[in-house]
Amino acid sequence: MTLYLVKRLAVLVASTAVAGVAVFAFMALLPGDPAEVALGVNATPDAVAALRKQFGTDRPPVVQFFDWFGGLLHGDFGTSYVTSSPIGPQISDRLGVTAVLVLGGMLVALVIAVPLGTFAAVHHRNPLGAAISALSQVGIAIPAFLAGILLVFVFAVQAQALPSGGYVPIVEDPAQWLLSLLLPWLSLGLVQGAVLTRYVRSAVLDVMREDYLRTARAKGRGSTGALWRHGLRNASIPVVTVLGLQLATLLIGAVVVERVFVIPGLGDLLLNGVAGRDLLLVQGVVMVLVAAVLLINFVVDVAYRVLDPRLR
Amino acid sequence: MRRIGIWIAAGGLLLGTAACGGTSSGGGSAGTPKTQALSVGFVAEPANLDFTSTEGAAIPQALLVNVYEGLVKLDQDGKIVPLLAEKWEVSPDRKTYTFSLRKDVKFSSGAPFTADDVAFSLDRVKTDWKLKIKAQLDVVDKVEKKDDSTAVVTLKKPSNGFLYSMATRLGAMFSRTGIADLANKPVGTGPYTLGSWRRGDSIQLNANASYWGTKPPLSSITLKYFKDATAMNNALLTGGIDVISAVQAPESLQQFADPNRFQTVEGTTNGEVVLSMNNSRPPFNDKKARQAVRYAIDHKALLETAWAGRGQLIGSMVPPTDPWYEDRTGDYPYDPAKAKELLGGKTLNVKMRIPNLPYAVASAQVVKSQLAQVGITADIEPLEFPARWLDVVFKQGDYDLSIINHVEPRDMGIFADKSYYFRYDNPEFGKLLASADEGTEQQQTDDLKKAAKLLSDDAAADWLFLFPNLIVAKKGVTGLPKNAIAESFDFTALSKQQ
Repeated sequence: MTLYLVKRLAVLVASTAVAGVAVFAFMALLPGDPAEVALGVNATPDAVAALRKQFGTDRPPVVQFFDWFGGLLHGDFGTSYVTSSPIGPQISDRLGVTAVLVLGGMLVALVIAVPLGTFAAVHHRNPLGAAISALSQVGIAIPAFLAGILLVFVFAVQAQALPSGGYVPIVEDPAQWLLSLLLPWLSLGLVQGAVLTRYVRSAVLDVMREDYLRTARAKGRGSTGALWRHGLRNASIPVVTVLGLQLATLLIGAVVVERVFVIPGLGDLLLNGVAGRDLLLVQGVVMVLVAAVLLINFVVDVAYRVLDPRLR
Repeated sequence: MRRIGIWIAAGGLLLGTAACGGTSSGGGSAGTPKTQALSVGFVAEPANLDFTSTEGAAIPQALLVNVYEGLVKLDQDGKIVPLLAEKWEVSPDRKTYTFSLRKDVKFSSGAPFTADDVAFSLDRVKTDWKLKIKAQLDVVDKVEKKDDSTAVVTLKKPSNGFLYSMATRLGAMFSRTGIADLANKPVGTGPYTLGSWRRGDSIQLNANASYWGTKPPLSSITLKYFKDATAMNNALLTGGIDVISAVQAPESLQQFADPNRFQTVEGTTNGEVVLSMNNSRPPFNDKKARQAVRYAIDHKALLETAWAGRGQLIGSMVPPTDPWYEDRTGDYPYDPAKAKELLGGKTLNVKMRIPNLPYAVASAQVVKSQLAQVGITADIEPLEFPARWLDVVFKQGDYDLSIINHVEPRDMGIFADKSYYFRYDNPEFGKLLASADEGTEQQQTDDLKKAAKLLSDDAAADWLFLFPNLIVAKKGVTGLPKNAIAESFDFTALSKQQ
């Protein structure tokens, strides 16, 4: 297990470094000069050149890369072109909001998927089980931002029950914090929940057909009891894989959902950065997102080993 | 698997508390009569709060007149009126301005406002400001304090632009002890002070209890920032905000048609939506081709189709709130036959490279179909704004036609710069502008009228329409600034009926 962890960690570090090069290269290819965008329609060539020097974008790309990546290694993301303030604190502020959004969305997805998926599997022969299965297909087809717009229309505009957007920090007003996040959580969670429901259903169905479950029932356990005691742990292995993949999807979905709900998270920061050609900021945010996805994959891989003794 | 069981329980608890929260605060947010606060939705959030070193209209929009004040300000009709100066006198040679300052003014830090602060603030424009527009005050030779309440500004040459610039952010008065952290802690003399700033979300301004003038009717104003127009509309529909400072697309006004709930205010702006033509390369280096374009466009129909009839037809580069405005829409009335005649039977193929902004995309479709009627084929190519458009059209000048809203105030001068992306080159125009700035106010008006006519006659560009200022607010909100013609969104009169 220790050797495996070391190996897996080495892969994590190597892929992060490769990702750094890729992210930097993509930013360099992006058309549009940060200095020109910052100065807008009043720019003179002299002012643009001076600003380019100030930003450091007049230096060779290789120098810029090592300057940036070297800074990252000790937690320095550089200084934003647009706000002239350090990027690191901006990202960590926003990361907290996005993390809450993603984890809440995941929780909603699990709350929906685990009972519904199990129910649909156990009752896969009767109409209700089939209905859940069909409904989840519909859920998969709806993108998170559309779910968000629909939810706003129903719960905020029509029913006037929940705010249509905005974000209140938890330290300021916990009740408002919860209210402001309910619809975003739902719009992320409903769609992912639909996807997850199908995986839970098929995983539980597979497990139900296993010999050891029949044996457990033969020992005198009820079918629900047998499933609960012997089946769910085995069924959870494929589900954890999907959960890891979904976390990554949720993170990307959050970028869009943040815009629909006016939530000041990483996605909002990213889109502003792209529009203003705040390349260092964009690089930083993308790097954090990439690192998060790599880290999630790492955790999922390790989780297999914990869940499935055969892999150890 | 037991862990998942716990998650489900926790989830149920979470949803349960959420439902309780929903009922309790749902009732509370319906109306907060005690505090008298309003929130106003905006599109662009300031990058920081220091407009002496950071470009961007969002900063003066929030702070000028509200937090910072100048010696003079621009009123709703475009007139320059007293603010921190009670009055001013101009010497006969038009080079010396003597400002008599109000004596009862204090900064929000408690420091008194005197002529020393005037000299300090105007000198700083030269020494510390980083914006390009600071060149507008290059004409200032020196600023002197005569006594505590009299400041004398001497110009290098007579300039009508000087006093106008003093009504913009360039004329904002700073305290000698209040500039330590301009990006985060503005210190001004205005009716509001900065309360809090939640980055990416909102800025709260609080009433300044020691304000020298009429105390603001509200205890606080929240400026809420929305990148997405639909999200801003929804916020007004659900009571999240009280005012939409500028409606992004006129189609969305239908949602606010109920007069028992909402009011719509339509005014003017400084934004001329210009159909720019590249004057330096074929086909539009030929005046006849440019004139053909002007005759080919049915401006009334265009405004109706592209912008729901909101806005005003102008015909040249002057908005109706400037003193030298003349209606120039009669210079090139819609006349497709004449357009064809000017083209002499030729057909043209041109590149219309537009920014991917709603008004530009909507207008481009109409322009394209109207030009097709006279034999001009325009290929529309939307470019990402700002980055791509600035690079291709503005910097490289690689376009034949473009459409952009030129929002800067009194910006006719951009046509005098032949390297500007219009590539318009007529020395006569530059001469008119120079003599206008140095002459008397009457001469300024006369010269600029001539300049606007010259631009129109030359068909240096076509002016599609004047961008409207569309504000939507809840019923009962009063004191909304109808015209958006200054750099600030003036909150000073904003109030709410009980």
